[in-house]
Amino acid sequence: MSRLLKLNIFRYNPEDELSMPHMQEFVLEETDSMTLFIALNRIREEQDPSLQFDFCCRAGICGSCGMVINGRPGLACHTKTRDLPGEITLLPLPVFKLVGDLSVDTGTWFREMYTKTESWIHTKKIFDPTALEERMDNKDAVAIYELERCVECGCCIAACGTARLREDFLGAASLNRVARFLIDPRDERTEHDYYEIIGNDMGIFGCMGLLACEDVCPKHLPLQNQLGFLRRKMGITSLKRLFRK
Amino acid sequence: MQTVYTDFLVVGAGLAGERAAVEAAEAGFSVVCLSLVPARRSHSSAAQGGMQASLGNSVMGEGDCPDVHFADTVKGSDWGCDQEVARLFADAAPIEMRRLAHWGVPWNRVVPGKSIYYKGGKQYEKVEAKEKEGLIMARSFGGTAKWRTCYTSDGTGHAVMCTMDNRCAEKGVEVHDKTEAIALLQDGETCFGVVARCLRTGELRVYLSKATMIAAGGFGRIYPNTTNAVICDGGAHTMCVNTGVVPMGNMEAVQFHPTGIVPTDILVTEGCRGDGGTLLDVDEKRFMHVYEPEKAELASRDVVSRWMTHHMREGHGVKSPYGEHLWLDIRHLGEEHITGKLREVYEICTSFLGVDPIHQLIPVRPTQHYSMGGVRTNRDGAAYGLKGLFAAGEAACWDMHGFNRLGGNSLAETVVAGGIIGRKVAEYLEGCETEFKTGLINDEVGRQQARIDALISGANGSENVYKVRAAMQEALHKGANIFRTQEGLEKCVAELQEALIRAKKVGLRSNGKGVNPELAAALKLEGQVRLALMVAYGALMRTESRGSHNREDFPARNDRDWLTRTLAYWKKPEDTLPTLEYEPATTVVEIPPGDRGYGHSQIISADDRKE
Repeated sequence: MSRLLKLNIFRYNPEDELSMPHMQEFVLEETDSMTLFIALNRIREEQDPSLQFDFCCRAGICGSCGMVINGRPGLACHTKTRDLPGEITLLPLPVFKLVGDLSVDTGTWFREMYTKTESWIHTKKIFDPTALEERMDNKDAVAIYELERCVECGCCIAACGTARLREDFLGAASLNRVARFLIDPRDERTEHDYYEIIGNDMGIFGCMGLLACEDVCPKHLPLQNQLGFLRRKMGITSLKRLFRK
Repeated sequence: MQTVYTDFLVVGAGLAGERAAVEAAEAGFSVVCLSLVPARRSHSSAAQGGMQASLGNSVMGEGDCPDVHFADTVKGSDWGCDQEVARLFADAAPIEMRRLAHWGVPWNRVVPGKSIYYKGGKQYEKVEAKEKEGLIMARSFGGTAKWRTCYTSDGTGHAVMCTMDNRCAEKGVEVHDKTEAIALLQDGETCFGVVARCLRTGELRVYLSKATMIAAGGFGRIYPNTTNAVICDGGAHTMCVNTGVVPMGNMEAVQFHPTGIVPTDILVTEGCRGDGGTLLDVDEKRFMHVYEPEKAELASRDVVSRWMTHHMREGHGVKSPYGEHLWLDIRHLGEEHITGKLREVYEICTSFLGVDPIHQLIPVRPTQHYSMGGVRTNRDGAAYGLKGLFAAGEAACWDMHGFNRLGGNSLAETVVAGGIIGRKVAEYLEGCETEFKTGLINDEVGRQQARIDALISGANGSENVYKVRAAMQEALHKGANIFRTQEGLEKCVAELQEALIRAKKVGLRSNGKGVNPELAAALKLEGQVRLALMVAYGALMRTESRGSHNREDFPARNDRDWLTRTLAYWKKPEDTLPTLEYEPATTVVEIPPGDRGYGHSQIISADDRKE
């Protein structure tokens, strides 16, 4: 006989004036290879069709299904129920605006981040369709992709002490993004330009060093290394500025 | 109610939609993309393997050129494609890959010198040229004569999607995410936008535009087992079908990918086989080389899927609680390769299966993967039936894939077609004046609100949306799968017609307030069943085997009678079957129909017609 799982799920529908935030208990029989993706869909189809949650690729690639699983932010799609105790508590990610139940608005948050960090290649070169592609060292390409693997699930932001305290903190995902462009030989921005974006309390100096971002990252990105890298780079930039004055 | 006006409205913010959006934005037009999810979560981002373009930089790609790519594509399509479109595509693909490099894609690059690679489980050596150092590298994929697939590890879709979305942000393309288009605004001649539902509040919203594009990906979720994301549910197709005037092309052409993992149907990339992985049976023996001595595991997907199914039917499958499957073996590629160039595969296996592919076999079976069919367009991407309506990417039947698409050609199609069609849209917008008919807009909004009210109040009945959906999926799974017969398809059509009746009687069990997921499912269900009927009925009528469409009772490819594209209409809401029409598969013939060099050999020649 397989386990009966007890799921305590946060419920609140902001569009329904009768709805009050509360926890609701669902009971479900565990099956082989069950993930939270399977469990939540079964609850919605069999028990409560109004239950809101986000999934998209359901394969750990798109980052839609970030939620707080027994106290820890993570991707629900690749969380197997057999790795959890019989009682599971699910909450929406904090920091992001709540859409309803377990669904939050990460899209708006990340779109603002692209604007703040100007998350695109800055170059004066114009593309020539008749020319051969510009060469690049494969090592550079691999290093850039290593940072570009971020799926923007928001787990690092939700787990961040500073992000919970101050709305304007860029957070690990954003600093990782800046590092991605900083090491890209195609981007013509100077270290001074980057300092303007992240050389303050909203950026590299806001981090309290609690390290939760890297702990919870489902893609195992080296987020703390990136912060250290940026701080060293920006520290040097800052010193150069002092001596120039 | 909010009304948003824009020059160009794109339904879908994956690679095809955003690529077209960039093109129009650079030409100075305002663009809004609607998306169910933040753009970077689009299903494009899940594509692992790569994009085909005949750059010929790798030593194994030497001598490659658009002509060879074109020939592979036409053969891959089993001569079902539009050759004019395949030519446009093959010629433009190399330029588009270079453009992506300029925009920021970290393509893997040529590293000069000796390296080893695998083919059919055997080890070989190659030497990359010094003068090619740093140019875009390529890997091998099924059905191609050369190494042609450009890639970024096995996160190509994700990397290109990031770059494309960055480009959109830079160019001021607006992406309205968590927004679902539910009906086209049109007067039977011209399309001028959509009615959409906000997935943050549940409110209806009107989007008015001079040009509208459907770029919402495939509709694999009408099948129960699919590699597709949950958003690939055909919602945008149903809007077009429901107009009665826009036909879907070749809906019976459904691709099954050889390596979906068991039981979750998550895809592991064709790059596994391209990089030298092999398929094994219950005795852990290779079998593909017996059926296909030449190409073995690297025949096209339709062929490999079919032989896998055949081999399991012959009793060589591995029994499991989830049915039979086969094994994919990549162990010999070694830890460095698997955790580097196939890292997503490694993560999928360890996270979802608890299998370590460095030391263990991966359980796989063919699974619904790609929809060659879709909104039928001409070579400029303009949809049949409505002026101002365009389609691109998997959502469209443009039609460079015919009855089977080659791996690496769909991801490449998204950006190549997006670029070509985006420019055509910009040309269209140049001289375009549109009248927005307020009466028609109000009527359509009223009609959608009435549908919603009826679903909430249960005015039409109390059928359970999820049960009807499951009935539709089961019917397709049983009747319109890899192997098809008249008997199976007739049964499938009958079951789908029953599901259609039930779909009209759906009533919600929840209150439908706000972002209600049950309501979202109910709003598209009837349209989905219509799509399913187009698949099954089109397959029943097509009495031949071509590419992914495989009739056991008609095993020959019949060029005499079926060198045609199916156009499926849903002419009147009360119809119980689609109306099928046919047009020639291609008007330009660069390569006359012949043998593909793999797969079935029975061909009824087009020349027989003259006798």
